[in-house]
Amino acid sequence: MKEIAIVGFQQSNSVSDAGAVNEVEMIMPVLSRIFQQVGINNAQDVGFVCSGSCDYLQGAAFAFVAGVDALGAVPPIKESHVEMDAAWALYESILKIRMGHADSALIYGFGKSSPGELPIVMSQQLDPYYLAPLWVDSISLAALQARLMLDQGLITERDMAEVVSQSRRNAMNNPHAQLAGDVAPDDVLAQEMYLSPLRKADICPVSDGASAMIIATVEKAKEWGLPYAIISGIDHCIETHNLGMRDLTDSVSTRTAAKRAGMGAGPVEVAELYAPFSHQEIILSRALGLGDETLINPSGGVLAGNLMMASGLSRIGEVFNRIVSGEVQRGIAHATSGPCLQHNLVTVLEKA
Amino acid sequence: MSEEQEVVTVVKAPVYLKYNFTAGAAPARFLAQIKKGVLTGQRCPKCSAVYVPPRGSCGGCGVATEEEVVLSNKATVQSFTIVYIPIPNNPIQPPYIIANVVPDGANVSFIHLMSECVNEDVHIGARVEAVWKPKEEWGFAMDNIRYYRPIDEPNVPVDQIGKLSVNGQEG
Repeated sequence: MKEIAIVGFQQSNSVSDAGAVNEVEMIMPVLSRIFQQVGINNAQDVGFVCSGSCDYLQGAAFAFVAGVDALGAVPPIKESHVEMDAAWALYESILKIRMGHADSALIYGFGKSSPGELPIVMSQQLDPYYLAPLWVDSISLAALQARLMLDQGLITERDMAEVVSQSRRNAMNNPHAQLAGDVAPDDVLAQEMYLSPLRKADICPVSDGASAMIIATVEKAKEWGLPYAIISGIDHCIETHNLGMRDLTDSVSTRTAAKRAGMGAGPVEVAELYAPFSHQEIILSRALGLGDETLINPSGGVLAGNLMMASGLSRIGEVFNRIVSGEVQRGIAHATSGPCLQHNLVTVLEKA
Repeated sequence: MSEEQEVVTVVKAPVYLKYNFTAGAAPARFLAQIKKGVLTGQRCPKCSAVYVPPRGSCGGCGVATEEEVVLSNKATVQSFTIVYIPIPNNPIQPPYIIANVVPDGANVSFIHLMSECVNEDVHIGARVEAVWKPKEEWGFAMDNIRYYRPIDEPNVPVDQIGKLSVNGQEG
């Protein structure tokens, strides 16, 4: 099977409100930076393009089509889209390359969540008959999950505050972060409850922005003469949409995806986990069996800035950056979709 | 004996979501101009195509359009259709014409209404001009132009539609 390499990654800053810019204006600066990084002109120079976005976020029908205007798509290019995080656009692109239909691909994700009421918007991804009509928002569902864990004695509020504190401190080294600072667990615990048992700090912020990645076969990466990291495994699993039928205190699908992606074949020096709520980082690191030997979310994770439809791809990009900079040799990236960690994707990255 | 349950075939779950929509930086500049009664486009720095209304990029080249270009009130019909269905809550009575018109100085068309015309005489390549609402009614909206009406100028050959300069057929 063809080995696939990541050769470039770029992301915008996470901002709470990107202002007057539209989709294409938000994507173009990120794409022009990645074209420059890889030394190509535009999307004409890759074999495949796949994007991840969701029109519900900005409330504009066919917003994802506007994204294509940033590519230079004349003459026509091979292009696809997922109504999901762009981590799944990466998955589709890998399949495309493995099938021999392309030797390189551009992947980008973007989200402008500020125009709508994001937690309410996210309620519309639920089961359309029983849950969506109740308008259960994403924060309420996560609060139920955290309550289950607290009541079963699986975590304490201090454990959650420690996750937030670590995120804020790690994010001080992340120039793209929206929330960063020297915050102690006690500072978090001193905050008032927002939606019990969640404090505002336990919840990822609402963010606008985009990220982009270019992957290629190893032969193509060598031809381009670029530093690269190998994607040695990628897999994703989904659990039932019926929240009452799964154990919300565990993430079976994450564990299964990691196993099938080959996480256990070597040490995990770094793990970037897509945990939009503090307690979910604990669920994920336990499901994956990560211990002290693994550096978790050195970027600050999505508690430091949550670009809907792009942050999953950014987790992979963050691990890529640490491998090509020589900081680590092997790591994993996790992406999630759906309420309470319903759908999970794990990517294993290794030094070339 | 349990009674037979009625089969549920429909569930009504209307969706109401509120958004603070923003048009984008380039469309915002366009709308600010149209409020002053001026139709503007933006030129691609690479292929020179002029887009109206501008979205912020040249879709062909994938680069940002920055240069603002003032367009003419005169335009050419690129395509059209005669509509026999009324628009709900709109005073326009069918049959009426919706046309793709290319303003002189631009390279792409936009959709607008036609009026003051004999529907059967409208044709591709016909010359038209914008009829604006009274100045006091101008807002940040495309319907500051009420409609386009025919003008007495020679037809534009099909292969020249979308290629006229801002001076129209004179230049």
